[in-house]
Amino acid sequence: MAKVKSLADLKRMKDALQSKMDLREKSNDPEGLVQIKVAMATCGIASGAKEVMEFLIEETAKRGIRTVVTQTGCMGYCYAEPTIEVHLPGKEPIVFGDVNIKKADEIIEKYIKNGELVDGIIPVNYKTLD
Amino acid sequence: MEKYKMHILICGGTGCRASASEAIQNNLQEAIKAKGLDDEVQVVMTGCFGFCEKGPIVKILPDNTFYVEVKPEDAEELIEEHIVKGRKVMRLLYVDPENKEVISDSKHMGFYKKQIRIALRNCGFINPENLDEYIARDGYAALGKCLAEMTPQTVIDEIKESGLRGRGGGGFPTGLKWEFAAKNIADQKYVVCNADEGDPGAFMDRSILEGDPHSVLEAMAICAYTMGADKGLIYIRAEYPLAITRLKVAIKQAREYGLLGNDILGSGFNFDVEMRYGAGAFVCGEETALIHSMEGLRGEPTVKPPFPAESGYNGKPTNVNNVETFANIPVIINKGASWFNKIGSEKSKGTKVFALAGKINNVGLIEVPMGTTLREVIYEIGGGIKDGKKFKAVQTGGPSGGCLTEKHLDTPIDFDNLLAVGSMMGSGGMIVMDEDDCMVSMAKFYLEFTVEESCGKCTPCRVGNKRLHEILDKITLGNGTKEDLDLLRNLSNVIKDTSLCGLGQTSPNPVLSTLDNFYDEYLAHIVDHRCPAGQCKALMQYVIDPELCVGCTLCARNCPVDCISGERKEAHLIDTSKCIKCGACMEKCKFNAISIQ
Amino acid sequence: MEKMIKLIIDKKQVEVPQGTTILEAAKGIGIDIPTLCYMNLGDMGIEHNPGGCRICVVEVEGRRNLAPSCNTKCGDGMVINTHNIRVLNARKTVMELMLSDHPFDCLVCAKSGNCDLQSMAQQLGVRELHYKGEQSTYKVDYSPSIIRDMDKCIMCRRCETMCNEVQTVGALSAVNRGFQSVVAPAFEMDLEKSVCTYCGQCVAVCPTGALTEKDHTNQLIRDLADAKKTVVVQTAPAVRAALGEEFGMEPGTLVTGKMVAALRQLGFDSVFDTDFAADLTIMEEGTELLDRLKKHLDGDKNVKLPILTSCCPAWVNFFEHHFPDMKEIPSTARSPQQMFGPIAKNYLAKEMGIKREDMIVVSIMPCLAKKYECQRDEFKVDGDPDVNYSITTRELANLIKQANMDFKTLPDEEFDNPMGESTGAGVIFGTTGGVIEAAARTAYEVYTGKTLEKVDFEALRGMEGIRSATVDFDGLPLNIGIAHGLGNARKLLEDIRDGKSHYHAIEIMACPGGCIGGGGQPLHHGDSSILKKRAAALYREDAGKAIRKSHENPYIIKLYEEFLGKPCGELSHKLLHTHYFDKSNDIEIE
Repeated sequence: MAKVKSLADLKRMKDALQSKMDLREKSNDPEGLVQIKVAMATCGIASGAKEVMEFLIEETAKRGIRTVVTQTGCMGYCYAEPTIEVHLPGKEPIVFGDVNIKKADEIIEKYIKNGELVDGIIPVNYKTLD
Repeated sequence: MEKYKMHILICGGTGCRASASEAIQNNLQEAIKAKGLDDEVQVVMTGCFGFCEKGPIVKILPDNTFYVEVKPEDAEELIEEHIVKGRKVMRLLYVDPENKEVISDSKHMGFYKKQIRIALRNCGFINPENLDEYIARDGYAALGKCLAEMTPQTVIDEIKESGLRGRGGGGFPTGLKWEFAAKNIADQKYVVCNADEGDPGAFMDRSILEGDPHSVLEAMAICAYTMGADKGLIYIRAEYPLAITRLKVAIKQAREYGLLGNDILGSGFNFDVEMRYGAGAFVCGEETALIHSMEGLRGEPTVKPPFPAESGYNGKPTNVNNVETFANIPVIINKGASWFNKIGSEKSKGTKVFALAGKINNVGLIEVPMGTTLREVIYEIGGGIKDGKKFKAVQTGGPSGGCLTEKHLDTPIDFDNLLAVGSMMGSGGMIVMDEDDCMVSMAKFYLEFTVEESCGKCTPCRVGNKRLHEILDKITLGNGTKEDLDLLRNLSNVIKDTSLCGLGQTSPNPVLSTLDNFYDEYLAHIVDHRCPAGQCKALMQYVIDPELCVGCTLCARNCPVDCISGERKEAHLIDTSKCIKCGACMEKCKFNAISIQ
Repeated sequence: MEKMIKLIIDKKQVEVPQGTTILEAAKGIGIDIPTLCYMNLGDMGIEHNPGGCRICVVEVEGRRNLAPSCNTKCGDGMVINTHNIRVLNARKTVMELMLSDHPFDCLVCAKSGNCDLQSMAQQLGVRELHYKGEQSTYKVDYSPSIIRDMDKCIMCRRCETMCNEVQTVGALSAVNRGFQSVVAPAFEMDLEKSVCTYCGQCVAVCPTGALTEKDHTNQLIRDLADAKKTVVVQTAPAVRAALGEEFGMEPGTLVTGKMVAALRQLGFDSVFDTDFAADLTIMEEGTELLDRLKKHLDGDKNVKLPILTSCCPAWVNFFEHHFPDMKEIPSTARSPQQMFGPIAKNYLAKEMGIKREDMIVVSIMPCLAKKYECQRDEFKVDGDPDVNYSITTRELANLIKQANMDFKTLPDEEFDNPMGESTGAGVIFGTTGGVIEAAARTAYEVYTGKTLEKVDFEALRGMEGIRSATVDFDGLPLNIGIAHGLGNARKLLEDIRDGKSHYHAIEIMACPGGCIGGGGQPLHHGDSSILKKRAAALYREDAGKAIRKSHENPYIIKLYEEFLGKPCGELSHKLLHTHYFDKSNDIEIE
């Protein structure tokens, strides 16, 4: 490991390392962030949920949106997989169905950034535990 | 760079490790590997989460699920269910004992709600053996700021303004202490970290060192910068092997990164740290005794002045601070004194870490703002008294603190308030007692500890504590007299008044505070030959209630000394002169007819 | 300029220099604060103030706790109460505590009547112990010189300061902790298995009966009572300069004649002088010095210089334990005590017409190490010691008191001959610098063949711990070093080991002040002015002697003519010289 030679060095290092810890930092205060849950049961994964989740993680980071992307189990909307639940701070969570990369991009741009609703909303019929 | 989607944090504190947290870690890693999730899930062993009552703790992020009492065999299920299927493993979640609700996020647990974590900020959050994680959380930024942007005096001023007081028990203003050490000119100076935590039941410092060793190293370097020292020593008891290992790793890493050694961060400032091991003598927590022990001498205190700031280790100016005090420093520098001094009470700023123990539901390590009341700590954080029993007393300040009662529960905890009610802050031990605890025995128990731990140098502590213990013993055996109570008080006062160091100056506190708050209990032992809590064996009497006894003869048949008599179907009687108080009769009685009086 | 500080002690205004302790400040205005563990060895630069006993506590107004006056420095504006009720109660309670862990066998205690604890208990008016309980008990440790009865130890730790700081021997330190803590050799071994040199400085400062000398007076009384035995006594030079103190006489009063009278009255068959043997020592040691010096000057690389004196048995023990690699450097000459023994038993016995086994040789010594020296195997013939045993100045004083003699009014009497005749050189053996001065007087005349014009080598005298002087041996500058106190000896020895020493000869005495400050002397309580007075007495006796050079002692000349032949000759080597042992590995751990 190279030595940290100056305060500037240390700051650079911190910035580089911070993203590694980001997930932990964010989970310290999830209520203040955009929480996205991706249904990752067998049906979801088979329909491409994994790719969608990766896209969401990478793209939200790239576009500077502080999000927590977590996976969750089957939400029960097998007809509409992949499904994701987006929970904007201070709003009720909304579940979107049939989310592919393109849809995910739209959700980020329209709903997450601007709060505009997009097609594919599934009415919620259950309550989460916490 | 790895792109972990999930982090699993496992408590690697000594308590959880003793409950196989290492095996849990291994099993989790194997299960992750088996599922091919190596790249997505990171397993991190962290320092103590504090909630030791329910350890081992496993926390899964980002959804912040807090699993309690996890066993190694649960690992596979956790991975399969939580990680793969995204379903929480309900049976491992915490259940609120009050309303029986399942709580998955620690934020909503009573134990954590009232806590503010400054000294413990990284405990249970980062891998203590990974300097990168510390740096990612602003680690060494405070040191960098001091070296690049602040003069030694402005750093001292900042600490003074923060109002930080020594967390080892004395409560001396840290900034002032640093200033004394800085003002003494010498060719060599030392910064010493006192990690000789010795109070029974206390593990604040150990947890910080195990969970966040770099915060202490960083603070020592900052202190060294202010006073012009280039050498730091950590005096740690050899009974803390895990803390020692983690410190060693931390020192090695910090050296590799150039955060210890010469020309730190290109500032020209040199500082390095060495370890010194103590043999576990309580008195070596006293700073002059600690210094003598480090010098290879007998661990005995000497009279102050001279203070270590003038003549300490090897006769050189030395600043000694406790682990928790140091752990606060980087935060104060990073966030500013004015941030810190808004937390806490008027004369005690910031937070204090306590080790909660005794008859309380949530045994563990907590950090609360100064000024939090005893009631909040015991009932809200601590979850109240075990088994629904009645609260009787709380002992703060370790073995030489005082026993406080119901009437003190709304006292906001800080240095001065605790002193005012006859106890003290100490290093942060807090032991809760319930109705079953005999206060005379409690005082005796603490005296036993101080008698054992006295260094023997000064007469009042060496002989006086022994005599105190003997009188208390006499009382618990039912042989005490009223005159003994006067003797106890006089002796306690003289020991406090004349002892050389803090050990003897405080060791009679448990006696004095129980005499003040539980005088009747002493009288009961002496006058009525009765222990109200039913703890003093010599004073116990097993009695059969004739109303409840049906004459089944079971007790008589089980008595090993045949001291129970009575006809079948008639009330039985215990001959108390023969009874050896083994309790066998009471255990056997199906009608709850036998009780202790 | 010293900064002055103003404070109030017991309502009196006091002004003292900064750094003054409360104890000193109070003393300055006539307020006597009682102390127990405190010890001030002023001139030796040693102040023992651990603040452990807590008897000297005083109230400093505004402070939460009482402060030990012995090591609390005065502060500007302090208001101090040294004897108010709070202080008295604390002091008395602390004293009761101390007594509660102390045996109550004062009636048969060696220190009774001379015990600091006893007198402090009286002073504080303790009449009853309110606090009683378990007492700490230890096995009594009987060494050849010192008895350790640690039941009586009050943890004042004075002995530790003497053993570790003054003497740098390191035999005693506190072990265990709390109620079990006690001063002991490492691993609580017996002294005999430790590095103890038996210098007895610990005994000299012990406030109680915890450390006492092994008492030989009973054995002496039995031997004196035995008509079949011829009991002869030798008295060391330092004894006569201090014995009077035990009878209330001024320190420095010479009581040689009274001492002889008392010994004779006690029933000794002959009363001789160790000074005679000291003269003999000079003959042997001086000859050895000159021999080594000549060889050295001739370029003999096998000769080791400096030569070190060897008449102090504690010093011998010290280098055997601590510097065994240098055991070839000291002179092989035995100490005067051990020269006297073989001459008495091999020469005098024959002259007197008695058998060796019927003669008991007793020595009166200022020293505890002499007790050990007597019974070293190399000083015995078929198990019979050359000197049977040695008693201290203090023991002799006790015996004289027991015999109900009015010492002060005893008439002066003379030593017996032949072994009672001595020169001034022999007398000054008792003080630091004396041995080397005596040696110089003889060596000078033998080496140069000239008569010494001025016998007094003032440069070699004094009380400084380490002294050096160069003596002109007729063109040859002889570098002489002197150390007293083993801590000082250690410094010189380390210099020799490091090749930094430029001395030809060094005199070493284990006890501060030399034998006059020995562990068997009347207690000087650290008052070095007493030591100076004792030294002055010896120099006075020297100055008053007709003969002041050892080689001029007629009985010594006669002894060589009739019996020994020549100094360092064959018989001398057998009877008057010895060899040393490496004891560094003798320490056994049980």
